[in-house]
Amino acid sequence: MSATTTAASEHQLPREHYLNATYGIRSWLLTTDHKRIALLYLASVTFFFFVGGIFATLIRVHLLTPNGLLVTPETYNKLFTMHGVAMIFFFLIPSIPAVLGNFLIPIMIGAKDLAFPKVNLLSWYIYLIGGSFVLYSFGTGGLDTGWTFYTPLSSIYSNSAVTPAVIGIFINGFSSILTGLNFLVTVHTMRAPGMTWFRLPLFVWAHYATSLIMILGTPVIAITLLLAGLERMFHFGFFNPIYGGDPILFQHLFWFYSHPAVYIMILPAMGVISEIIPTFTRKPIFGYSFIAASSIGIAVIGFIVWAHHMFLTGEATYAAIAFSFLSYLVAVPSAVKVFNWTASLYKGSVSYDTPMLYALGFIGLFTIGGLTGLFLACLGLDIHLHDTYFVIAHFHYIMVGGAVMGYVGGLHFWWPKITGRLYPEFLARAAAIILFIGFNLTFFPQFILGGLGMPRRYHNYPPEFQVLNVMSTAGASILALGYLLPMVYLTWSMRYGKIAGPNPWPATGLEWKTDSPPLTENFHETPIVDWEPYDFVHRPDLGLAGAKAPGKLAPAHGDD
Amino acid sequence: MHRTGELYGQYKTLEQQKETASLGMWIFLVQEILFFGGIFLAYSINRHLYPTAFGIGGNMLSLPLGFANTVVLIASSFTMAMSVWSAQTSKKQLVPIFLILTLILGCVFLGVKVKEYKDKFDHHLIPGHGFDITYCSKNPAACHLEGKDLADELKEIKEGVEVEGGETALNAHAQLYFSLYFGMTGLHALHMVVGAGLLLWLILEARKGRFDANYNTPVENIGLYWHFVDIVWIFLFPLLYLINRHLA
Amino acid sequence: MSENGHHVVSPKLYAAILAALLAGTWITVQAAKIDLGRWNIVLALLIATIKMTLVILFFMHGKYSPKRTQLVIISGFFWLAIMLGLTMTDYSTRPAPEPGRSANPPVSAIYRA
Repeated sequence: MSATTTAASEHQLPREHYLNATYGIRSWLLTTDHKRIALLYLASVTFFFFVGGIFATLIRVHLLTPNGLLVTPETYNKLFTMHGVAMIFFFLIPSIPAVLGNFLIPIMIGAKDLAFPKVNLLSWYIYLIGGSFVLYSFGTGGLDTGWTFYTPLSSIYSNSAVTPAVIGIFINGFSSILTGLNFLVTVHTMRAPGMTWFRLPLFVWAHYATSLIMILGTPVIAITLLLAGLERMFHFGFFNPIYGGDPILFQHLFWFYSHPAVYIMILPAMGVISEIIPTFTRKPIFGYSFIAASSIGIAVIGFIVWAHHMFLTGEATYAAIAFSFLSYLVAVPSAVKVFNWTASLYKGSVSYDTPMLYALGFIGLFTIGGLTGLFLACLGLDIHLHDTYFVIAHFHYIMVGGAVMGYVGGLHFWWPKITGRLYPEFLARAAAIILFIGFNLTFFPQFILGGLGMPRRYHNYPPEFQVLNVMSTAGASILALGYLLPMVYLTWSMRYGKIAGPNPWPATGLEWKTDSPPLTENFHETPIVDWEPYDFVHRPDLGLAGAKAPGKLAPAHGDD
Repeated sequence: MHRTGELYGQYKTLEQQKETASLGMWIFLVQEILFFGGIFLAYSINRHLYPTAFGIGGNMLSLPLGFANTVVLIASSFTMAMSVWSAQTSKKQLVPIFLILTLILGCVFLGVKVKEYKDKFDHHLIPGHGFDITYCSKNPAACHLEGKDLADELKEIKEGVEVEGGETALNAHAQLYFSLYFGMTGLHALHMVVGAGLLLWLILEARKGRFDANYNTPVENIGLYWHFVDIVWIFLFPLLYLINRHLA
Repeated sequence: MSENGHHVVSPKLYAAILAALLAGTWITVQAAKIDLGRWNIVLALLIATIKMTLVILFFMHGKYSPKRTQLVIISGFFWLAIMLGLTMTDYSTRPAPEPGRSANPPVSAIYRA
């Protein structure tokens, strides 16, 4: 890519950067450059997003009519299972950490690469191997146990391709563990001089907390799936009531990971939002240390609430009371973040660029998702709402309205850094709005359906629910458009987009001081950090000197 | 892996590189704690539910072999620690010697495990078709128990049948015990095999004189892994072998 | 004595720890042969924990490691305790299964065809 410029741009692409430093397929498949590995992950997670999306499409089309005539009930079970497995394990969990985290963390802390670059590449290959096993499972009869693999259905009675899927997810877990390990060690030992803990960008704090969960939680799902697989293959009786085993034990082990897993999915997105908001309000984020602490708080408290998934499946009532109380507690650090982000908007110079639209959408939708979680944490209400569409709407508001919007918003925000090019702004804003509208039309009716009693994972429903289901499917088609548009214009922009320059927004992070795209070694020389994060005041290089930011600008030390 | 004490591109100093490797290994071990922890949880819950069946199952294991294996593994941790000491004090010739001793002890452990597994197979104690916890008490000759006084064992089984509510139930719960026995010791043995592989690599490098006071990170870190595997066994031994030993 | 700032543990100390570990193993076997009711398991786990602590502190140089490493080690056990402890809140507040609950299951139900 030569340094061509369009007529209006005064920027040029740097002569040498990580994309053109070496050529050929081997230089990509055997790379240890964290930025190239991030792009490898980008391709793979996008692929699995499609896979999961196709299953979602089939589900919603099937549910257009009360006695869905698209697929048989057995196939329907496979559709929602495979949708969940593909989306959770192969898209949501890796997406932000493996794509944006890998790309940005070393640059944000002033390092040349992660602590273990070869382990990073190994993580990607492990992901691919795990994904292959799961795709094999999908292709040889599919999976019908639900992504939750409850025993004894998964370990004894199911006739679907459970074993390869369980092997695939087991293997994929190690990709997650190694990524988390890499991030933890990197943040501890590879920071540039002057980059103290409280000068770290909140994106890094979020990924640190996420990595804690990856290390402490993922091995438990690994052993759980191993035990279920042993039960299936060799008739070991851990979870089989006939041997005296307890299916609830499986659920305890499964949810011990899978609940913190949802925080693996949302914390990185929260980190993205914490970077976008100060940039597009041109002022430091409100309550930096509270947001940092709440990330760690979510990671820790997230580990002691898991049995709220089992209120109705047979756990002891006393345990249920304890877990219900703890589940209310976990909402607190999340709420702290929402309040701080909202407060950050006050007296800021707000501009509604595409990443900001995603961030604002995130705040609203995540709040709705989070509040409805409190409904479910209430034991009495959960009796009625458990296993209904209310639960589905709740977690889709957080996973899609939250995590996916954070991911897409983050992709847009750092696209100029990753590719050196800008995407078409008008189209991007339109896509964001289309996505927002489509999302709400898809999932809000599902809250109502759940409240009215429509069960989840059912292939049919009473006729009086049809209107809401049709609304939901219509919304899904709009949502799909909202996803397709960025795929098209982002790809287009890689060749034809305006050259971005090092800091198009402008933003204050260390990553915006490097070239766009960056050098393979990230920096020409190791930066020495002597400024506070999100400091817009003492940064004449941002070119904001002339622009008068309305309202009070916080002093250099931040606001706490 | 590092071939000599050279500095890798992303690090600024050898000290940073060493610190990083060490922290990485410790975090990996924490993850292993949670990994084994899951199956320890399964064991705890099931033993809590069926203590009698677990006691009977445990008494089917060979205490002498379990004790011997525990001694072997602890000794191998000692030799491993000594190889780290040899490297730290630049006694280059001693490093591979202690590593080889560690590997030999590890192989002895695995050999004993093979014998134990074979015995389980012969005594109809593999979960699945043909599992029968009463097999040895009914066929002492087949279990090389002829001439021994089996009064205690028979009494234990009789009481077990009563407590559990029938021989089928006792067998079902005892199968749970053996499922966990094979699961836990199997997982542990797998980790030992990996450890043996790592030791082999380490021995080859040590024989080239690669490790000394300036550079011994791989010896230390693989040592950490080996000690962890030893710790798992330190818990497995009493949990699996020492349940109701006052009865048999 | 330390090399490059890293503490070198003497072979004498290693040998002492080895002796302690072997003694602990012998003690735990002898203790198992005495009927202490439900305290057997407590004692066995206590001895195992002491042995583990010796291995971590001395063989794995935990005693001489930076505070960060010590925090990492403690966190691992803390999280294990969360998993074991909170799960037990469920099992310890539910009645145990009745004897004979799984008596006489049909063979065909146990083994898949």
